[in-house]
Amino acid sequence: MTQTSDILIVGGGLAGPSLALALAQQGLTVTIIDALPAETRADGGFDGRSYALSLASHRLLRALGLWGDLADKAQPMLEIKVTDGRAGEGPAPFWMHFDHAEIEEGPMGYMVEDRHLRPVLLAAMAAEPNITQISGRAATDQAVDSTGVTVTLDNGDTLRTRLLVGADGRRSGVQARAGIKRSGWDYNQTALVCAIEHELAHNGIAHQFFMPPGPLAILPLKGNVSSIVWSERTDQAAAINALDDASYIEVLRPRFGDFLGEIRLAGKRFTYPLNITIANSFVAERVALIGDAAHGVHPIAGQGLNAGLKDVGALAEVLIDAQRRGEDIASPFVLDRYQEWRRFDATSMALAMDAFNKLFSNDNPLLRIGRDLGMGVVNALPRLRRTFIREAAGLTGDVPRLLRGERL
Amino acid sequence: MQAQQTTVDANEVAKFEAMAAEWWDPNGKFKPLHMLNPCRLEYITSQIAGEFGLDRSVAKPFEGLRLLDIGCGGGLLSEPMARLGATVVGADAAERNLPVARIHAEQSGLEIDYRHTTAEAMAAAGEQFDVVLNMEVVEHVADPQAYLDACQQLLKPGGLMICSTINRNAKSFAMAIVGAEYVMRWLPKGTHEWNKFITPDELCALISKAGLTPVDRTGFVFNPITWGWSLSSRDLSVNYVTASTKPS
Repeated sequence: MTQTSDILIVGGGLAGPSLALALAQQGLTVTIIDALPAETRADGGFDGRSYALSLASHRLLRALGLWGDLADKAQPMLEIKVTDGRAGEGPAPFWMHFDHAEIEEGPMGYMVEDRHLRPVLLAAMAAEPNITQISGRAATDQAVDSTGVTVTLDNGDTLRTRLLVGADGRRSGVQARAGIKRSGWDYNQTALVCAIEHELAHNGIAHQFFMPPGPLAILPLKGNVSSIVWSERTDQAAAINALDDASYIEVLRPRFGDFLGEIRLAGKRFTYPLNITIANSFVAERVALIGDAAHGVHPIAGQGLNAGLKDVGALAEVLIDAQRRGEDIASPFVLDRYQEWRRFDATSMALAMDAFNKLFSNDNPLLRIGRDLGMGVVNALPRLRRTFIREAAGLTGDVPRLLRGERL
Repeated sequence: MQAQQTTVDANEVAKFEAMAAEWWDPNGKFKPLHMLNPCRLEYITSQIAGEFGLDRSVAKPFEGLRLLDIGCGGGLLSEPMARLGATVVGADAAERNLPVARIHAEQSGLEIDYRHTTAEAMAAAGEQFDVVLNMEVVEHVADPQAYLDACQQLLKPGGLMICSTINRNAKSFAMAIVGAEYVMRWLPKGTHEWNKFITPDELCALISKAGLTPVDRTGFVFNPITWGWSLSSRDLSVNYVTASTKPS
């Protein structure tokens, strides 16, 4: 039996459900397919990541009516300190300091844990009558014709839609089946992710240390807890991850010193291999790609989810505007507007993160002096510093309505 | 059906017939019209919703409205209007446009009554509509006043006509003819004749003389930096659109 909806989203991560809610709230019918069973998604220990939500992402979640349930679990990020460091040494004399007091919009962003964000999205989708969720099923085939797309699932069921959206991550099946190729490379870096409890208060300050093997981020969560994202060369990361908890902490401790007092592990440890991978096109006939399916980036500045939510804001706005004008929402004219809006921005952001990583994951003494001076210059110039803060907060460029906190 | 008694200029019809098959090709000859279309639709849908007090957030806000699209071509405006719920008649004097429009509407799952006829013939037959779309037509007709008189007759009392065309000044000559036809090759050479262009004041005078009340005039402005069109209440120097109502 074939079920029909305006939009069919493949992928149950964070971008897919956000888009489903944005469109369903405006009257479109949405079916969302998640290859993972619902119980796996709902399990708090499933994904150990935390997200640095930019101010713009926070506004999008608020406009979708999700912030009420997240507010008391989100830690405002009040300051960001960026330092060039080397394991066992103090910070270099030059550093950058970004303080939210320099811009008028409020905190630069919020830290939210995956285990808090996910249940809010799942509950909101369950409460939305225009959304049909299918979990534990994979899409195996898609056939495009002049009026729509027929998608086949791994149990043989078929679904019919006007527009197919791939939100299925860096190895997107929707993208591959649409004949879109990807470009990218591996970094030979792996992110080690964990949460730590610490003796002293973090005061809402996020720290980014640039170390030769890769960046280390200390991101403030609620209470005296911080999320650690720690990139190492892949062989090194495997060796560290094989250690027991006590030895793991012993390796971590000298990397950021004692400014938070005593530290200990809080919860499980996770590893994520790092790469950059960009789809050569974000659209095809009756197909659009969002989030990591369109652009998987290095997490060096925590911009992956924020970029995915920018896709959500842009695609939802393009589709709803088209719908209200009576256009075919999946026509090439409409989809090209999304691609033009996002592709240049997303690609240049991905390449900037790549360049950042290459510049900082390096022990060359000349580069080190250069980047230290660069940071000193940025730090000394208030206007440039404010530009960085606004960029990190997602407040620059042609911002979709949802990311300005407005309704569609 | 034979297009009878008409103000349509025979040479103009032949020019568009030659282009008809290309209507729905995203990268074809009608690309500039497709680029302008969202801007035109934004104006048309907001004017209709405003005039008839309709809620644009529902799926089919124009349900119950009878709408005529004159010079419908491949159906670039007729299809969106049908999708929004209007009962649409698409009329074109170029016979070859109609099979293209009919095939495309069927592929899109839309019901649209496409006819090979003219505004004058339909007015003579006593047809009436809530909305008449009269977009980029008036600069191609032989007698604009006779044509607008026919449009007036086609409106029900209280009905709305949207009429767009191209201004006549040095800039519009540079943009619409030299720029669009010769430099950018957006439109085939000879698509427009500059002396048929009409200023907003002239158009509103013709509309008033036909018995309609002009209620709005707005510019369609092309921005070469963003490579897109937008609406402007101040800049009507090249492409512009007007809304007028028929007194009830």
